[in-house]
Amino acid sequence: MKLSRRNFIKSNAIAATAAAAGVTIPGIKTAIAKTNSKIRWDKAPCRFCGTGCSVLVGTKDGRVVATQGDPDAPVNRGLNCIKGYFLSKIMYGKDRLTKPLLRMSNGKYDKNGSFTEISWDQAFDVMAEKWKEALKKKGPTSVGMFGSGQWTVWEGYAASKLFKAGFRSNNLDPNARHCMASAVGAFMRGFGSDEPMGCYDDLEHADAFVLWGANMAEMHPILWSRLSDTRLTKEGSEVHVLSTFEHRCFDLADNGMIFVPQTDLAILNYIANYIIQNKAYNQKFIDKNVNFTKTVTDIGYGLRPEHPLEKKKTGTGGKLTKISFDEYAMSVSKYTLEYTAELSGVPKENLLRLAKLYADPDKKISSYWTMGFNQHTRGVWANGLLYNVHLLMGKISEPGNSPFSLTGQPSACGTAREVGTFAHRLPADLVVKNKAHRDFSEKVWQLPEGTIPAKPGYHAVLQNRMLKDGKLNAYWVMCNNNMQAAPNMNEEGLPGYRNPENFIVVSDPYPTVTAQAADLILPTAMWTEKEGAYGNAERRTQFWREQVSAPGESKSDLWQLVEFSKRFKVEEVWPAELIAKKPEYKGKTLFDILYRNGEVDKYPKQTVTDSDGNTYGNHEMEDFGFYLQKGLYEEYRIFGIKGPKKGHDLGEFDTYHKVRGLRWPVVNGKETLWRYREGYDPFVKKGEGVQFYGKPDGKANIIFAPFEPAAESPDGVYDLWLSTGRVLEHWHSGSMTRRVPELYRAFPDAVMFMHPNDAKKRGLRRGMTAKVSSRRGDITLRVETRGRNRTPEGLVFIPWFDAGRLVNKLTLDATDPLSKETDYKKCAVKVEKA
Amino acid sequence: MMSVSTYPGRTALLEKGWFSAYKWLLLRRITQIGILAIFLLGPWVGIWIVKGNLASSLTLDVLPLTDPYLLLQSFLAGHVLESTAVIGAIIVIAFYLLVGGRAYCSWVCPINIVTDTAGFLRDRLHLKGGTHFSRQVRYWILGMSLVLSVVTGTMAWELINPVSLVQRGIIFGMASTWFIVAAIFMFDLFISRQGWCGHLCPVGAFYSILGIPSSVRVSAVNRSNCDDCMDCFMVCPEKQVIRPALKGEADNIGPVIMSPNCTNCGRCIDVCAKEVFKFSLRFKNSNHVPMVGNKEVRS
Amino acid sequence: MIQGKRSSRRQFLADSARTASGVALLALGLGFYAKQVQSLPATAIRPPGAGGEKDFLSSCVRCGLCVRDCPYDTLKLSQPGDAFAVGTPYFEARTIPCEMCEDIPCVKACPTNALDKSLDNIDDARMGLAVLLDQENCLNFQGLRCDVCYRVCPLIDKAISLDLQHNRRSGKHTLFIPVVHSDFCTGCGKCEQACVLEEAAIKVLPTHLAKGQLGKHYRLGWEEKRKAGGSLVTPDEQHKYNLPEGMDYDYEGQGLIKEKKDNVPFSSNPLDSLNRNAEQR
Repeated sequence: MKLSRRNFIKSNAIAATAAAAGVTIPGIKTAIAKTNSKIRWDKAPCRFCGTGCSVLVGTKDGRVVATQGDPDAPVNRGLNCIKGYFLSKIMYGKDRLTKPLLRMSNGKYDKNGSFTEISWDQAFDVMAEKWKEALKKKGPTSVGMFGSGQWTVWEGYAASKLFKAGFRSNNLDPNARHCMASAVGAFMRGFGSDEPMGCYDDLEHADAFVLWGANMAEMHPILWSRLSDTRLTKEGSEVHVLSTFEHRCFDLADNGMIFVPQTDLAILNYIANYIIQNKAYNQKFIDKNVNFTKTVTDIGYGLRPEHPLEKKKTGTGGKLTKISFDEYAMSVSKYTLEYTAELSGVPKENLLRLAKLYADPDKKISSYWTMGFNQHTRGVWANGLLYNVHLLMGKISEPGNSPFSLTGQPSACGTAREVGTFAHRLPADLVVKNKAHRDFSEKVWQLPEGTIPAKPGYHAVLQNRMLKDGKLNAYWVMCNNNMQAAPNMNEEGLPGYRNPENFIVVSDPYPTVTAQAADLILPTAMWTEKEGAYGNAERRTQFWREQVSAPGESKSDLWQLVEFSKRFKVEEVWPAELIAKKPEYKGKTLFDILYRNGEVDKYPKQTVTDSDGNTYGNHEMEDFGFYLQKGLYEEYRIFGIKGPKKGHDLGEFDTYHKVRGLRWPVVNGKETLWRYREGYDPFVKKGEGVQFYGKPDGKANIIFAPFEPAAESPDGVYDLWLSTGRVLEHWHSGSMTRRVPELYRAFPDAVMFMHPNDAKKRGLRRGMTAKVSSRRGDITLRVETRGRNRTPEGLVFIPWFDAGRLVNKLTLDATDPLSKETDYKKCAVKVEKA
Repeated sequence: MMSVSTYPGRTALLEKGWFSAYKWLLLRRITQIGILAIFLLGPWVGIWIVKGNLASSLTLDVLPLTDPYLLLQSFLAGHVLESTAVIGAIIVIAFYLLVGGRAYCSWVCPINIVTDTAGFLRDRLHLKGGTHFSRQVRYWILGMSLVLSVVTGTMAWELINPVSLVQRGIIFGMASTWFIVAAIFMFDLFISRQGWCGHLCPVGAFYSILGIPSSVRVSAVNRSNCDDCMDCFMVCPEKQVIRPALKGEADNIGPVIMSPNCTNCGRCIDVCAKEVFKFSLRFKNSNHVPMVGNKEVRS
Repeated sequence: MIQGKRSSRRQFLADSARTASGVALLALGLGFYAKQVQSLPATAIRPPGAGGEKDFLSSCVRCGLCVRDCPYDTLKLSQPGDAFAVGTPYFEARTIPCEMCEDIPCVKACPTNALDKSLDNIDDARMGLAVLLDQENCLNFQGLRCDVCYRVCPLIDKAISLDLQHNRRSGKHTLFIPVVHSDFCTGCGKCEQACVLEEAAIKVLPTHLAKGQLGKHYRLGWEEKRKAGGSLVTPDEQHKYNLPEGMDYDYEGQGLIKEKKDNVPFSSNPLDSLNRNAEQR
């Protein structure tokens, strides 16, 4: 009996009605059972944020027909947010790209031509030609790639090898630069090892929660659900929320604080000052585990060097100078309650309550932050200042006491950070600047010494500037939508893509804003159309199998990277003296050297099966003839196990296909929940207590950094702060969620959240169209004075998911000079009637 | 006595020329369609001269117009009247007091086009038979609609009033309207000649009462020229109104048509080759005899 | 002649009787229909400022001026064949909800006051009442984080709030139960429109269908106390208890409190903190 979908829904509806009436209708139950029995279920992590919820993916007739929250997954226990609920629809937008598209006129590539369908062969021909031309003309720094925290682990790893070793260009940066770079910087400066010490179990173990620039209620809905549960069920627990506008977390806040943008730096120093003034700090912990340092100040705003603000700066970089406790105490003493309240606009009693909470030795505190801290011209400082507070109290690395940086992408940790796809990084916390790290990497990759360049490549914002300036000419954008994301699109984004000197390739499943700006578009397999692995914010690595084939000629990012490597003979990309060090590589392709190197191709073609005996496809294994994903992963794993930075051990490939993810370091099959603490962390020896082994002396850095103003603040003309961000219904640039009709209906177009008084002053009413302009551009959108976000007077908030209202035409490309991450939360705009 | 012409107005056509033989009909059609067109300019083209519909409208954002019949129903249903609507209704009443109550029927109401067409076809196809109603029925229905308003406390008649259904349906683009149009057309074509407008419609009945003292009238001013060709009787939708004025000279009645059920359509002026009829004013009735009730010659 | 007159009078009377009975039959049918039409179906919501259905049907002349002035094309006129009074304005929340314009153009446009002109704040409109009808399929009742209805509500936290409950199934999550408050819900229908289910779990219903009523013989004590701003009778006396040393008892709140706590987490003597920390860690 064949049940069409419509009939199925119908009969379900009848069954529901009948059930309500207490009647059983024969045939209905068996119909449902039969339909269900045809569905094959397998696990996969959610495609969206960094929470890492697990879902079961239901496949039937080569199509994902349903999903369900995985009831056995420890993160979400069967629950999903509304984006997760619609996961099965994200791959089936009606405008999926299925063929490579090249801008052509008269049958030939033309930068100003119109997109024309071509074959993969033709696509790679043009691409390779452009790559070779650039390499020949200007050398390795003229090629680059913008990657993703949504790449699978092996995609990031393959890209890293292709660019850093193959093309010998460090111009590889992930979109996580816009998102996590400040957190990375602060982890490295403070602890010498990236990623949080705690895990999501802190959510149940903490007595109090402090949110610093994180709207968890909307951006990490399932974690918020856990946090709320603790607040509900644990007596005496409390929630403190700091933000520049009122959002949904304030609902639950026992102490909600709206501060003037950028003054979080002062508030953090005030808390440290309060702890010191009241001598509440944990002397023993400080003595044993902490160094006091200060950072260089007045370091500019990461703008172009000729910008007046950059000329004015007196300091550069992030060099740390050791100071004494007293010097530190002196430095923070300026941040009194009065001064801080005045500066931040937060009432004294609220600040005092927050400071008392941190200073209470009996309260376990978990602090959470996301983009409020990270997208900040002093992001690394802000992250560090919060560590200062936790370190002063010794409230770190134990259940419930956790400064925790949340991530916004499904594999910001797993791919961008752990694999090291940043312009300055190599896998497992290694950096290109360090000779020993390069040596180790070259050894693992079986490369001649000196293959990997020592100089960090162009970071995200710099890539756009270099494209515009004509220094970066062959450019591949993969698995992100940077034309919609990168700041200052009019002046720094689009000009580089449309620069006639440049050739831009964009790999995406959908015709995004970025794809529209490209010269060549490659259709991409997404999510469960390929075998993958993601690493979530709590260091949990999760795998999934390929569930369905990608539509048309779409190919996974991994396939594209590896297949493209076949187009290059080593002589075309490496200088003779380098090849001379490994003469056996002569005449070989990058594919041979990087991927058919005896390690990556170690695992022969096999049938992928699960414990129930279901079999799964693997298009990459089919095409390349070996288990590419497994080979890449097992080679990558060597960095964590044998690399110079300890504590990055991952488990074996096959294990992850069985478990609901493991939190690294995984040693002897055991996960690590809290790092750096004896008993919890296998790398801390008995009797050591707490050991921050990322640093040579095992001590973490307390780093003093002062309050410094934002790059651009409101003035007489541009009189409002603009903050940008997300909404629950849509994820990032909306290229997936806006293609789900229900999610689109729930929040169709971006609106500008504005204080009613600000609107009134400008002759605007709710629902009217307003023109928002900054020094860089303008957009028009509807005014919203009600609803989920309540901005204070003087600040407007615009979400960035809407391709029809590109808020990045307004944002300023000011970055944290240390992390190179853009401050999307602060620039000056004016608003008028459209 | 039958004229030689094969259809009413033929003689006029031959003698007066095409334009004169169709002048008032043409003007009426232009007015009727023009009114609808002005309403439709907004939704179709985006030029908002008039908003609303014939029930109530707002012209150029200043001039309110309200159908007094609807407002009367609303009042009887117990609603306290709002000044805008009352002002709108007073303007409308004043207007029809001037141009003749049932001018609404022949110059404004879109149904008129339908029933005229049905009547024209019925005559041309020589369709006979059907049901015969008294022309008084409309006053009964009018009365009923008002009583129902009081009894139900709502404007019950408006639930089925085809006149408002059709004009609203056209202006607001409701497809189902055309079924009602078709129904009225069939009714007039096959069941009853001039059945709807001339016998049943309470809107027309209301306007006829409103128009009792109205000024503009048709007058058989040259009735002495009448050659008894009967063309005017053939085309008149309320033919009972003509005789007193046209043939009343002996009884010292006329020449102005005083019956409130004359719709001032001017068709008699068009079709008369002898130019007997003219638009005139009620005061031009040399032998003015006040109307008593609805005493009319029944057809 | 006399004969003819008599027969014509008889004829007249007979005709009149026939007409009268025909019209009476029509009136009867129409009267019942009018009565039936007054019960507005659940899917049709009236514009802001429309009173009870009967009042509305006595005053609305079906001119459509409100429809013309609705900037979002929310309002429509009912068509012949719809289950309620033809030609009257309404909207379907699931299709296009009311956007709650601050200047309420539909009410301003109404020539007859069928939409009450005294409505000057759209928050006071009561077009209907949102009701979370299907708790079995509402995602939030299952613990998922949808709450789209809540977040789209123009009167968020007032008209719809989330009632937080422990999720006993998962053990560590929260159920965010959407609760509609009739004191604030305008019936704009944004929630129904936005509900992501294939059939909305939350729907706006005409208020008379949506609202229950408490018996007139009972009051909610805490509500009355809140309204009165204090106890309706003599406030409670200060209670005293037999308690062991160091214990406290909070009658109205926490009950038995084992240890008295200061407001500040450390004593006024800094040495206390220092020594305690040294001992503890």
